[in-house]
Parts: sequence; C-alpha cells; structure tokens
Amino acid sequence: MGVTLPMYLDHAATTPCDPRVVEAMMPYFTEIFGNPGSRNHSFGWAAEDAVKKARQQVADIIGADSKEVIFTSGSTESNNIAIKGAANMYAKKPAGQTGRGHIISAIHEHKAVLDPCKRLEKEGFDVTYLEPGPDGLITREMVEGALRDDTILVTIMWANNELGTINEIPEIGELCHSKGVVFHTDATQWVGKMPVNVKTDNIDLLSLSGHKIYGPKGVGALYVRRRKPRIRLTALQEGGGQERGFRSGTLNVTGIVGLGKACELCAQSMDDERERLLELRNMLESMIEKELDVVQVNGHRDKRLANITNISFGFVEGESLMMAIKEIAVSSGSACTSASLEPSYVLKALGVGDDLAHSSLRLSFGRWTTKEQVEYAGNKIVEAVKKLRDLSPLYDMHNEGIDISKIEWAAH
Amino acid sequence: MAYGDKVIDHYENPRNVGTFGTQKEIKESKDIGVGLVGAPECGDVMQLQIKVNDDTGIIEDAKFKCFGCGSAIASSSLATEWLRGKTLDEGLDIKNTEIVEELSLPPVKIHCSVLAEDAIKAAISDYKEKHNA
Repeated sequence: MGVTLPMYLDHAATTPCDPRVVEAMMPYFTEIFGNPGSRNHSFGWAAEDAVKKARQQVADIIGADSKEVIFTSGSTESNNIAIKGAANMYAKKPAGQTGRGHIISAIHEHKAVLDPCKRLEKEGFDVTYLEPGPDGLITREMVEGALRDDTILVTIMWANNELGTINEIPEIGELCHSKGVVFHTDATQWVGKMPVNVKTDNIDLLSLSGHKIYGPKGVGALYVRRRKPRIRLTALQEGGGQERGFRSGTLNVTGIVGLGKACELCAQSMDDERERLLELRNMLESMIEKELDVVQVNGHRDKRLANITNISFGFVEGESLMMAIKEIAVSSGSACTSASLEPSYVLKALGVGDDLAHSSLRLSFGRWTTKEQVEYAGNKIVEAVKKLRDLSPLYDMHNEGIDISKIEWAAH
Repeated sequence: MAYGDKVIDHYENPRNVGTFGTQKEIKESKDIGVGLVGAPECGDVMQLQIKVNDDTGIIEDAKFKCFGCGSAIASSSLATEWLRGKTLDEGLDIKNTEIVEELSLPPVKIHCSVLAEDAIKAAISDYKEKHNA
C-alpha cells in the first residue's frame, strides 16, 4: 500500500486544522463578524454568543468554569501572562528591588517559560531551575526540595515537548496548594490528548494552544483559577479591559470559535486516539530497536505521551539523518538545524551525551497518521541509519572496540 | 537547510567511502596517512586516509568516513576526489575556500570545509611523520 509524500510526522510542532474546525470558523469571518465588545447591537451579541460557547468548550476539556478561561494568542502569550503576571502580583517587594520572591521551574522547560523566568531574574526575582534525572521527569519531591519560605510561584510543564515525558503535575499542584504557592503548568502538549481536571489536579494557571490540537494558529487560552484560591495577575497588556482585564484587545472571534471546536473534537476522540497512537508508536520503536544497535529512546519509557517518541541513533548525525529521510517531516535535536553548534538543551538536561544528542529525532503522530505511514517511516529510518553508519568513522571504532569517549578530540 | 545540487549529489553518492583497514592496521602501514579531525560532541568527525606511492610521492588513493551533516559528508567526499593523483605538496595547497566555492556552501556550513582542509593537512602530516620516523 502506498503512502503520499512528503509525510508529516511532526505533530508536536503543529497540527493541521481539522476540517470540522475550519467549517465552524467560516461564518465568523464574513457573516457574524461583530465585535463581542459591542454590547448594544445584535452583531456584537451574536459574536459574544459564539465566544461564550467556545469558552465553555475550552472550560469543559480542562474541567474549569467558563469564567476561568482567558483567550490569548497561544501558549507563549499564556505563559508570559501567567508567569510574569503572577510574579509581579505576588512579589514580596516592589519593582526595582532585589529579593522580590522565589520561583521554581525546570531547565528543560520550553523557551516560552524559560525566557519569561530569565526576564524575572533580571527584575529582582530568584529562580531555581530543577534538573531532571535521566528519565526527564520532574517530581513532587524535587519541587519540595527546592521550596523556600519566599517561593511565590512554581511553573512546571505537564508534558515535555521534545520528549513527551509526563511530570507529576497533580502531585506538585497539591504540594503548592498546601504551601500557598501559585502553581502554573504549560499544558500545551498535554491538553486534548490526556484528561485534565484543573480542580482535582490542583492547578492555578494552565496554558494551552489551539494549533497543537487541530485548531488554528494564533489562538490559545490561559486558565486562571477563581476559587480556592482566587488567583490574581498583573496584566501585561493594557487597553479595553477584555478578558477580565487580564488580556486587553478585541477578541479573535474566528480563532476562538476554532479553538472551542477543536477542544470539543479532542474531548470526543481522546481516549480512542491515545490507544491508537500508542500502538503505532510502540510498533515504530520496536521496528527500530529490532533492526539497529546502539539506539536509545529518550525519556521515561512509560510516563510519556502516546504520540511522541524521541530516539537517539548512536554514531550518526541528526541533520544528515533528516536529509536521508527528507520526505518525512520530523524534528531533530541536532545542532546544525539551528545554525548553532549546541545540541538540544532538553536532551542535555537528561544527561544524554552530546554525541547522542546530536543524533536524535523526534517523531510525533497525529489524528491522520496511519499504520502504513509509520511502517514506511520506520523502514526509511532504519535504512538511512544503516547507510550513514557505513559512512561513520565512529561506528567503525565502536565495532573495533574503541571507546570513543576516551579519544582526545580536538573540539572546534 | 536548503542545499545545493552538488552537496546533495555527494551526500547521496559519496565518493571513495571506506578505510584501508582497521585503525590498528592503518597505524602500521607506512604508505598510509590518516587525518581524524572534529569531535563527536560538535557533531562532526572526519576521517581521511591517503595512500601514497613512496617512490613518486603521489597520492594514489584516498578514502573517507564522516560523521556529520550533509555538508561535512560532501566536503570530505570532494576532498578525496581532489586528492587522488596529486602530490603531497599539491594536496597541501587545497584551500577550504575552494571547497566552499565548489559546493556552494552557505555561511553556516563553512566550518565543514575548514574541517575538510584540516583533515587533508592532518593526513599528509601523518604520512610524513611515519616516513621521518
């Protein structure tokens, strides 16, 4: 059975819109185009109704009250509002001073969390970046060990974007609540694939994004807890006071309608989809592990999202591997793709050696990924790795029993 | 990364891949010079071997192996092509800029050509050392 090329296996980067999402959005471009802020005519009311419905759809997929959902442009913005907004609101000292409060995050978070944290460090906050073990997980125990009397915020992602590894979010949330510390989680990769109940999972702030869940790009949401405890935030963007004042600006009605529909569809199919994708991923990993030596699946083997796998192939370099499978769209932890010589900081955080970090691929499956596609990709990868190993001086050395780490390389 | 046709051609059909023996055998062969440059943690390792006619001083054969990106593979593949039939001195005249030009390497990949030049120099000096010893 044939497959169509190029093939997309990079759903952790972005997903195509579900046609049902696009269909739901269409009327809001031209027919129902009103501004939901227009309170005094039917055009505004119609738009407001649409936003209200979407707000409920988003709330439903995370077990929130619709009043707790703030629409944003995506997870990056949600993270910025949550992290900077909470830090500034709960700061122990006013701006301009040091010792304004302590924040806990982790070194392998997404840049959209790390960079706001780094900004806050410049603004007088202390940040502890937790280091995961080789399994990539951040546990309650790690967070507990880092808590201080002046800790005001903990921000830990739910599932890692490069590895799919799953952190102990409900447990960390419980800890934070017992200590009166605000808890934010970037759930971009988690929402839509795994169940969420912000109440029982003890989450105060949660970021999610439309384009990772078959919705449109440029729209996302931030959950802001209203009760037990009521979370307050200093707004970053000022203006018309939309979204309870947390995020001024005319609402992106079409995007919001799309996000709502995307959440509704994910909620319907999540459980079946998870099982299906897990089977495909297991199939791929066993194909690769059966055919090749010196391969390593990165991150905790079981505590991972079903749709992501991150594999290092010893003695081959990531970019040339991507070139060999160029009709299959995947991500690489390799340096050369990013014009810098640094391999993935996420893999480094797990203690994956630089050589293996240079040779990793992230494959992420989605709603329309088929068994035929995964088989094709698996065969292609095996073939490519074999070809590149024929070219690799390091593989020769390995086979001759030479320990590559013992050679004195001249770093360049 | 969009590559030029020549890089893709060398990548897909690399010339003169291989070695003249195991690391141990190579070390003992007087007519072979080896250059091993780069580092695994930098994502590039090139191994270039030349087989030199002791009487004429001409590089009769050259082989490479490379762990690295497409440009690194292409640069080392090209180096073996250029080295064959050259004298040692002519080999030393090969400049990384010529490799850049021939393969149309983009600026971020210039280090691959530098590495190839280093590998050529290292292989030739390895051969010379074996002979002076």
